Amino acid sequence: MPDAATTTSSRLIYFSSASGNTARFVEKLGAEAARIPLYARDPELTAQEPFVLLLPTYGGEEGKHSIPPQVLRFLKQEQNRKNLRGVIGAGNTNFGTAYCLAARKISAKCDVPLLYRFELMGTPDDVHNVSQGLEEFWKHLSRSRP
Amino acid sequence: MTEGVKLHGHVEAINWNRIQDEKDVEVWNRLVNNFWIPEKIPLSNDVQSWNTLTQEEQTLTMRVFTGLTLLDTLQGTVGAVSLIPDSITQHEEAVYTNIAFMESVHAKSYSSIFSTLCSSKEIDEAFRWSLENENLQKKAQIVESYYHGDDPLKKKVASTLLESFLFYSGFYLPMYWSSRAKLTNTADLIRLIIRDEAVHGYYIGYKYQKGLEKLSEERRAELKEYTFELMYELYENEVQYTHDLYDGVGLSEDVKKFLHYNANKALMNLGYEAMFPSSVTDVNPSILSALSPNADENHDFFSGSGSSYVIGKAVNTEDEDWDF
Ligand SMILES: Cc1cc2nc3c(=O)[nH]c(=O)nc-3n(C[C@H](O)[C@H](O)[C@H](O)COP(=O)(O)O)c2cc1C
Ligand SMILES: [Fe+2]
Ligand SMILES: [Fe+2]
Repeated sequence: MPDAATTTSSRLIYFSSASGNTARFVEKLGAEAARIPLYARDPELTAQEPFVLLLPTYGGEEGKHSIPPQVLRFLKQEQNRKNLRGVIGAGNTNFGTAYCLAARKISAKCDVPLLYRFELMGTPDDVHNVSQGLEEFWKHLSRSRP
Repeated sequence: MTEGVKLHGHVEAINWNRIQDEKDVEVWNRLVNNFWIPEKIPLSNDVQSWNTLTQEEQTLTMRVFTGLTLLDTLQGTVGAVSLIPDSITQHEEAVYTNIAFMESVHAKSYSSIFSTLCSSKEIDEAFRWSLENENLQKKAQIVESYYHGDDPLKKKVASTLLESFLFYSGFYLPMYWSSRAKLTNTADLIRLIIRDEAVHGYYIGYKYQKGLEKLSEERRAELKEYTFELMYELYENEVQYTHDLYDGVGLSEDVKKFLHYNANKALMNLGYEAMFPSSVTDVNPSILSALSPNADENHDFFSGSGSSYVIGKAVNTEDEDWDF
């Protein structure tokens, strides 16, 4: 866990709020991952290696402002945007058209693929799919972009 | 209903500038922004569509809605209110009062649907059915018995299971009609309710998990066992209720998948692992996309698109404060 450190070489970077659903999903993945800090007073996180971003949606009115401000702050760093390779969304289908909207928006804005979506803390199938999918994804990228 | 409601020795004015749990403010704001009333939805546009349903389909739809009315009434007048005395923060109390009020809006909105689509004789008959249906009455009674109990965490478990599981045998039907382009305005209204219930279930489940943090390993294990026992009891009853309603139209098996899928989500709201395997949670894709129009888009890493990936489909990205 890169606590006080402001840089990370993790291939998976995620945000999770106080309810911790996304954090629990990452725990189940068992992969090395870095968490975007919750509070503005915490030091910012900078990615040194290409990574996939995993984040939940917290939608506002009509889907406005559905990306957690902590994630926007993280993406404001150019280096983080440069290293961003893909997005995974967490959410809840009860939100209808806003399901995983934050991940969709980042995918569109930063022109990276939306790799996967799951609900709440994810089912065992989701854990399996993301675990395998990420492995293949990195293999594929290293082949196509030496 | 005064038994069980503890009065504080003194009353303290709520100060929203001293926040102990930021989730209270976040959820409060979201609930306030979500506020709606049934009058905003043009339900009368469904009259024509309603007339295309068979007598049996109409009766089923009315029974489903009286069942949902009963649950929202219970949650609005007893459930959410019973959580207030156990609140850890004053802001939590305020959120429960908001939830309770919205449940009353939900309960009233079914009446708006009825009065738009049906005759008062039919409405009375449907309400009588719901009063006499054993399985519907049983589910309300099971939950209500915990609301009158004195264990704050058990109340939260019962409440979360109601918010996130017990409604879905009913929610299935308007999603089914919507997937067949029927009663689409009614479905729009139900989708607003479904969204509200997600925030309610999330919040009460979150407060439950906060409460667990302070307990011994032993107490936590006991509450987990209690949760799964209650889930099984409610589930068995839901299956019966589903057969009572849907056997006639041949949809029971499809509804049960939707129940399993939502039971898993209810457990997750309480911080527990999903209980039903994916082999029984494969909800009909048309129901899923009636619920969430893009949920069936394929974003499964490589699958479906060879070796290329899928960029998020056209979304408005202008309404975020990107700053880059
Ligand atoms: C107030 C609120 C708003 C939400 N809005 C959305 C939404 O617009 N779309 C969505 O897919 N999920 C939405 N969710 C669901 C969360 O994304 C989901 O619960 C997620 O698991 C939270 O992750 P975390 O616990 O790691 O913060 C919302 C949840 C809350 C409490
Ligand atoms: Fe409700
Ligand atoms: Fe509710």
